[in-house]
Amino acid sequence: MSKTVLQVRGVTKRFGGLVAVKDMAFDVHQHEVMGIIGPNGSGKSTMINMISGTFAPSAGSILLNGRELAGQPAHRIAQLGVARTFQLVRLLPEMSVLDNVIAGAAFGYRRRWGHSAETFARDLLARVGLAHAAGLPVSTLTYIDTKRVELARALASDPEVLLLDEWLAGLNPTELATGIALIRSLRDEGRTVILVEHVMDAIRSLCDRCVVMASGEKIAEGTPAQALSDPHVIRAYLGEDDA
Amino acid sequence: MFILITGLLLGGTYALIALGLNLQYGVARIMNLANGEMLVAGGFAAFWLYTAGQVNPIAALLVIAPLAFAANWLIYQVMLVPLVKRAKSRGALEVDSILATFGMSFAFVGIMSWIFGGGYFNYAFLATPVDLFGSSYAQNRVVAFVLAVLIGGALWLWLSFTRAGLNLRAVSVNPRSAPLVGIDVRAASALAFALGGAVTATGGALVSMFFTLDASVGVLFTMKALIIVIMGGVGDIRGTIVAAVLLGIAETAVARLIDPGLTLAAAYLLFLLVLLFRPQGLFGKAQT
Amino acid sequence: MSAREVRNLLVSAVLLGLCALLPIYGSAYWLTMGTTMAMFAVLATSWALFSGPTHYISLATAAFFGVGTFVTGLWFQSLPFWSLPLIAAVAGAALAALVGLVTLRLSGVYFVIFTLGLAEMVRQVFTWVQNQTGARGMYVLTSLTEREIFWMLLALGTLVYLAGWLIGRSRLGFALRIIGNDETVAKHSGIDTARAKVLLFMVPGAAAAAAGAMLAPRYIYIEPATAFAPLLSFQVVIMALLGGTGRLWGPIAGVIPFTLLWEVITRQAPNQTLLLLGLAFLLIVYVLPGGFVGLWDRARRRWGGR
Repeated sequence: MSKTVLQVRGVTKRFGGLVAVKDMAFDVHQHEVMGIIGPNGSGKSTMINMISGTFAPSAGSILLNGRELAGQPAHRIAQLGVARTFQLVRLLPEMSVLDNVIAGAAFGYRRRWGHSAETFARDLLARVGLAHAAGLPVSTLTYIDTKRVELARALASDPEVLLLDEWLAGLNPTELATGIALIRSLRDEGRTVILVEHVMDAIRSLCDRCVVMASGEKIAEGTPAQALSDPHVIRAYLGEDDA
Repeated sequence: MFILITGLLLGGTYALIALGLNLQYGVARIMNLANGEMLVAGGFAAFWLYTAGQVNPIAALLVIAPLAFAANWLIYQVMLVPLVKRAKSRGALEVDSILATFGMSFAFVGIMSWIFGGGYFNYAFLATPVDLFGSSYAQNRVVAFVLAVLIGGALWLWLSFTRAGLNLRAVSVNPRSAPLVGIDVRAASALAFALGGAVTATGGALVSMFFTLDASVGVLFTMKALIIVIMGGVGDIRGTIVAAVLLGIAETAVARLIDPGLTLAAAYLLFLLVLLFRPQGLFGKAQT
Repeated sequence: MSAREVRNLLVSAVLLGLCALLPIYGSAYWLTMGTTMAMFAVLATSWALFSGPTHYISLATAAFFGVGTFVTGLWFQSLPFWSLPLIAAVAGAALAALVGLVTLRLSGVYFVIFTLGLAEMVRQVFTWVQNQTGARGMYVLTSLTEREIFWMLLALGTLVYLAGWLIGRSRLGFALRIIGNDETVAKHSGIDTARAKVLLFMVPGAAAAAAGAMLAPRYIYIEPATAFAPLLSFQVVIMALLGGTGRLWGPIAGVIPFTLLWEVITRQAPNQTLLLLGLAFLLIVYVLPGGFVGLWDRARRRWGGR
């Protein structure tokens, strides 16, 4: 049995009177791809944001290899081995593609600087299919290419856990197939990935296990086959009905 | 007690001035560093109308406010819309608007000095004392306060209960989503900017009754308005009023009890404390 | 180091040498102008080191400068002169760290506003302390000649330039560029943004204070009202933005023409200086957002080059 890399226990997030996440608990094991899925507004992104330190949980604990992440500032969490992409791609507009990737390597979990950082970044760009783009300004890239750069940046720190926040959103069918293949290759390499996704194909083909959220709470956990056939999950997605 | 009431009177008038800036920054997202100059312009206008035309400042408001509205609307369309269009992010717009309005404020002071010379100007209107709660206060301060309350109250009612006011509040809360519900953000911002300028100029006219103004004193008022807006929470009317009163009282207390030369330092200290402990202001929402 | 970098260094060294010859071959008038330009070069270049990459507009220059002049005013009789800029630099860095710790965690707007009033507030406090203690302004009378002050400023300028060059190639400089691009990404990439900003802000704080300490003998009489004049902060911002913060030499490209222009206006139409200031700000915002450096870059792109 592989070891538990991330342990979420009793995590709750309140925004004023609104409870966005309630008492979430799940484990993520090394080398697995864990999906966090659920209908819109179920608290998935909030959960990811708490893991990456964008904001702190109102209660509960998030342990990364035994170190407490909850309440730590985002940069500390990044240094401890968590890297992420964003729902709306955030690239550094005034810097080249290569520099964008080096930015992920220079300050994160496994730091690199100077010549070794540059070589490493180039390799990563080749890995995600952007070998030709290293010197280009980011404004010239297509949508999927910007996502690739962001992925490369996240990988640049060689993180313990990679968080992908709806990384496959907004892609056309061809791009989607390429994207899924890319993430699958990451899994084959042994990366531990947490995916927040809506795209059912991706979930079924990529995730080893998944957690289903609705209205801030966990309503199912298990393999995609198990979770997606759970009547609670079906009801959450499709509403009360003869499913 | 005297300090409290004088501070309250002062704070009430400050509130009006800060409300103008709040509208401009909270809705139109323009950090208007020329705000103080608009105040001085209002004061100048009142002064000129009173000394040359014998028009009392309160009646003069009927002329000053619409003129300021129009002038600010023009400034927004001509000088600020290009910046809005060009800005890649909210932060970039803030920096650009700071620099641009800064430039405008200097240009304005330069022009004013040119026309009016560097002299101070003041005039006596309702300078007679009136007795309240056992101490005497200048009538003009009381009148200014009452008017500030009336105008501020009318503004609050308008913002809270009219359709246009609702539009402004929506833009202030979330400018990205406002267009989704049919609000013309550009028009709302222009309206807010113009209205803010009119309110500030009105405040200036009121303040000119008891303050001595000159061409260069605008910056000080801008600073105070900024401090008040941030202390109270950007976009929040109640916050601005509470913060303005607090500042008025603090300033008066420091001036009477410690040293009148330390009023800005006192305002600053308050500002510092707010930044340290509650940067979103007393009533503001934390930025995520 | 690449060939291009070596070439730039050599060119800079030659230019520096030429400047150093000014007191020997130039007239007294030009020496005075040169000293003023050297002062602004130090202030504007150090300003741009921080405000360029982070886009946080600092108006605190006058406060740091004033503190520096006071350091000299207080201790020029009891300490050797060369130690005064050092002490001033430490004081300036400390003040910058304080201001930074309070405001740099927050968005840029708070920073601008805070620094806008900082000089005024420091002035009010210093005035009050003076009134309480009965002290008056200080006369700084030394045997320093203008040319010695000029050379000191040149040396300081060289230090600032070198610091800028080193920081630009360092991880700290990279971190600050990232912060200026997208602070959220910076944080999630492992950058302690607050600490990086505060550290870098200490550089213009120290440099401006050191410059103030060096120039106190030129002002002769040091008192709060003149030492902390906010005008200095505005001039520095304009010069740096006019020249452009994209390159290390950018601010200097703004200092030279603006100082000359200011001189002309002060002579011909002294009441119009504020108007000039305002028009310069507007020019920078609407016509020259990248400053002269921006124009230079555009010209190079248009006419080939790399």
